[in-house]
Amino acid sequence: MTAPNYNPTELMICLAARQIPDGVTAFIGTGIPMLAASLAQKMHAPNLIPVFEFGGTGAILKRLPRAVGEGRTFYRGLVASGICDTMETAARGFIDYGFLGGAQIDPYGNLNSTIIGPQHHPPKVRLPGSGGANDVGSLCWRTIIIIRHDKLRFVPKVDFITTPGYLTGPGAREAAGLPPGTGPYRVVSTLALLDFDEETKRMRLLATNPGVTVEQVIENTGFELIIPDHVGQNDPPTEEELRILREEVDPERFYI
Amino acid sequence: MRILESGMGELLQPIDLDEFREWNREKKAHGLVDKRMTEQEAISRFVYDGCYIGTELYGTVRAPMSLAREVVRQGKKDLRVAGQGVLELDLWLGAHLVKTLDITYIGLEVYGTSNCLRREVESGRVEKVVEWSNGGITWRFKAASMGVPFIPVRSMLGTDTFRYSAAKIAECPFTGMKVCLIPALILDVGLIHVHRADKYGNAQIEGISGFAFELARASKRLIISAEEIVDTEEIRRYPDRTIIPYYLVDAVVHAPFGSYPGEMVYMYERDEEAIREWVEASKTEEGTQAYLNKYVYGVANHQEYLELVGWERLERVKAAVEGR
Repeated sequence: MTAPNYNPTELMICLAARQIPDGVTAFIGTGIPMLAASLAQKMHAPNLIPVFEFGGTGAILKRLPRAVGEGRTFYRGLVASGICDTMETAARGFIDYGFLGGAQIDPYGNLNSTIIGPQHHPPKVRLPGSGGANDVGSLCWRTIIIIRHDKLRFVPKVDFITTPGYLTGPGAREAAGLPPGTGPYRVVSTLALLDFDEETKRMRLLATNPGVTVEQVIENTGFELIIPDHVGQNDPPTEEELRILREEVDPERFYI
Repeated sequence: MRILESGMGELLQPIDLDEFREWNREKKAHGLVDKRMTEQEAISRFVYDGCYIGTELYGTVRAPMSLAREVVRQGKKDLRVAGQGVLELDLWLGAHLVKTLDITYIGLEVYGTSNCLRREVESGRVEKVVEWSNGGITWRFKAASMGVPFIPVRSMLGTDTFRYSAAKIAECPFTGMKVCLIPALILDVGLIHVHRADKYGNAQIEGISGFAFELARASKRLIISAEEIVDTEEIRRYPDRTIIPYYLVDAVVHAPFGSYPGEMVYMYERDEEAIREWVEASKTEEGTQAYLNKYVYGVANHQEYLELVGWERLERVKAAVEGR
């Protein structure tokens, strides 16, 4: 059997979907996180409860939402409330996972989606801003970040901390007043799956993607990664994952 | 309460809660008054140059697009804007009407960053930009709706989003924990599009309510546009569905397809092709102005806009609704 063909975005979505267990609550940000949640719900996690910031909870993700407030975010859902309800539910500790993207990430999992360049105003490049990302990264138990892997994105220091990772290292989140026990959990990239070292809170390589070497991951990361003795290998997307992703999740090809 | 840190962003709108109470006592009709009017009249009466204005929900979802276009048509300028937006705020930015921004998110969602936002902010034409999270700005409306000066929350802590906001970090007087104090935001004008309202402004929304509840209660002037104007008897039959009561409302505008090219859940789908037309046009200054000339300045009102779009197309987005 020959391995199916797929592009890096499809791979990243499949890997992110596999990180979502069944029967959990997960705050879903706009873009790739929506595809991952939809794929997970159609594969191994039929009881995934997706939470969308503007009030949709428990939707059946039959078709891909293109906006975090549109009808598809509460299609046959359990709740259609508002943003205060979803954010306050996260604040009370009910949301297990938060899924986010970003333009830049640093070794502590801090995310930037606000500006590129040293100056806030006027900036070199203005990005959309936090949206709900800061709240999700502050209040959900485990944040999973989905991001393309290159040196422009994996940087030693983000230009702007839009969303808190582990800030400056161990104890920094708690010192800032963020709820204890929260923070970045996994990073799913086009090259690898990464997590954060318990002691230093710095990013650590867990597994490389199919056909990717440890050296390639190091070369494409703008800071020093923790490389453990054993680095795993991620399985490529299965025929079934790709079929569902292409035919059911994103047939209009918004992302893949 | 000990203040530990202050965001360096400016408070773009003063927090005067007693004045807000007086306003709500003196300037709002407490009885039932027929408030029906056109977009043209509502915008010319209640939106003014330099006012602080906000919209709900956003750009492709239950957005007050007919009102947003009328703001552009009338050239209301130097707007101070509470920024959670897609197409609606993009139009204002593209028309150079925005002076300052309390920004949470302005972008084109699946189509990426907003070129209008980039041009206006990177050039400095938008003079001040103050950062917030989506939760943060909604809690600002909530504080105003509660009639209190701030709400303590556990968002924004430790980040540059806080540092460039106008929030403060304090030590909680009860627990000693660090909390982020989110200041109340009282809007001069709020614009909200709903599924149905009666002539007095009692308004009902289907599906998610976004931040309509909070923004409505934080606005000194509130313009409601509605897909359908219903008899008050209809409201009285389902009072549990009234999310915005009449006394908050200053104008009721009948706007069928008011959220077009965005969606109105259970009524019509978004028009992807029309959204893409803006995405493409807004990439350049020339394209933006050409689009505005065609779809905003080139038509006198919402009715003419719908004629320009064409009923065949509008029927198509209606037919595309997926149901419940």
